[in-house]
Amino acid sequence: MSAVIKASGLSKRYGKTIALDGASFEIEPGRIVGLIGPNGAGKTTALKAILGLTAFDGELSVLGMDPRKHRHELMQQVCFIADVAVLPRWMRVAEAIDFVGAVHPRFDRAKCERFLARTKVQMRQRIKELSKGMIVQLHLAVVMAIDARLLVLDEPTLGLDILYRKNFYQSLLEDYFDEQKTILVTTHQVEEIEHILTDLMFIRDGRIVLDADMDTVGERFAEVMVNAERADSARALNPLDERQVFGKAIFLFDGVERARLEALGEVRRPSVADLFVATMKGTYA
Amino acid sequence: MKTFAWLLKREYWEHRGGFLWTPVWISVAILILTLMGIVTTEVFRVQGHVQMGISLDRIHADMSESDIVGAGQALDYAQLVLTAIPAIALFFVLFFYLLGALYDDRRDRSVLFWKSLPISDTATVLSKTVTAMLVAPLIALAVATAGYLALLALITLWTALHGVNALPVIAAAHPLGMAWRLLLTVPVDALWALPCIGWLLFWSSSVRSKPFLWAVLVPVVAITLNAWFGAMGLPHIDGSTMAANAGGRLLLGIAPGAAWHAQGLGRGIPGDDAMQQLAPSHVLGTLATPELWIGVLVGAALIGGAIWFRRWRDDS
Repeated sequence: MSAVIKASGLSKRYGKTIALDGASFEIEPGRIVGLIGPNGAGKTTALKAILGLTAFDGELSVLGMDPRKHRHELMQQVCFIADVAVLPRWMRVAEAIDFVGAVHPRFDRAKCERFLARTKVQMRQRIKELSKGMIVQLHLAVVMAIDARLLVLDEPTLGLDILYRKNFYQSLLEDYFDEQKTILVTTHQVEEIEHILTDLMFIRDGRIVLDADMDTVGERFAEVMVNAERADSARALNPLDERQVFGKAIFLFDGVERARLEALGEVRRPSVADLFVATMKGTYA
Repeated sequence: MKTFAWLLKREYWEHRGGFLWTPVWISVAILILTLMGIVTTEVFRVQGHVQMGISLDRIHADMSESDIVGAGQALDYAQLVLTAIPAIALFFVLFFYLLGALYDDRRDRSVLFWKSLPISDTATVLSKTVTAMLVAPLIALAVATAGYLALLALITLWTALHGVNALPVIAAAHPLGMAWRLLLTVPVDALWALPCIGWLLFWSSSVRSKPFLWAVLVPVVAITLNAWFGAMGLPHIDGSTMAANAGGRLLLGIAPGAAWHAQGLGRGIPGDDAMQQLAPSHVLGTLATPELWIGVLVGAALIGGAIWFRRWRDDS
């Protein structure tokens, strides 16, 4: 199958600030892609470009369409949750569901009601009477009931407690995702989504600095815990990062042969968070 | 088409308070005041034998043909007033509705939800335009007409208590003819109001904050500068023309009856003959004026601008 998203040379500036600096990437169907980057790296701008919410330079095709020209058609196949709790506060839950059901050809009302039955959200309630966590549950129930090919999530759980956050990603994985669908998600809580991602993209200063599937990430990157006496030989292998824990040094390597690393000490798969910190070193300096 | 109907419904849901309950409460208040007046009259009559106006019993005896015609005209006029009072409130409701229509959801970020649905920005903006042009005025007119029917019932009951049959007077009035004439003003007013609707939607859609200030200050500054140019002997537009168009059309154009008023239609007809004043030829006569159609073009251009900003405005 062809790529769901194909971007090349995406550029966008706000005044003097460069938000996207020629970012290029491709996303295949049936993947869950984490787009991870520090604040101001261009994550949200990239998502907005994909969703046709902002003008940009460069080439971009989403499900074969240009989001600048065919936004309205695109939204039949693409769903998104941008930011937390943006459902209109004056609406009643039942009104929101009636409305989406009426205007969205791919919305399955029964499915949505089934998801909602698992929450404390009541049909008669106004959205402003719901807690932030419940608004997100409602939004997720609506979005999961839409049979879209691409779901874009921009910090969908920011400011929610851990119960809601875990619940959010668990529902997504169990009740929504399948090989026909693609999910693109950004979040700062990397460790919470790490285990559901199939692909990882790091963005820094408007450019994609890492784009790999999780298997490749596991093969390429390794973390080695090294005793102090072997630290110098580890440094000679050009580690990405070095940190000290309990008198031992932990090195992070990119693309160094397994056998050579095992000679130095215990080799582990690095967490995405550690990889991220190492890759983004000096971002705010 | 189905989507558009739901968009109108959505507008109604959000603004039920302004579109429905405001005219309802105003009409109810008028009816209550009328009822209080009737009760006061009755109480004074019983307690002190004070005569308010003419005794109903004497009306009964003395009413001539022409008196009945006059009373019918008075009822027609009451219908006009009963429609006009909620219409004044409708002006304020619509003014702030339009200023917020494409701004409030950007401010609370719910625009990110609306934009996630397969609805074109053109449909969104047009649904707000049609709501202001037709939906809200028609609801207000329906409520006012129901209020007038309640008033007729009240009067009939009251006079019946005194053994007077009000039906001949009601028969001399023209409730249906008046309702039809008032209904005709709705589409004409809607076209006349288009530059104002477009103007308010344009600022609602385009500015980062404070649409009210922009919408009001720009015409005020334009009028002031124009007047100053005039005073300096520089080329300028005639002051009253400027005020009528920049102030009257852009800011006050959504006032119900603005079209009829601006054209000076119905002038020279005695004030108490509402049927003549609102004659269809007068109401529809506005459609033959270039002012109306120039305004429609200006309004369409402004709405086009509002759609463009709705599509491309990027707030973060």
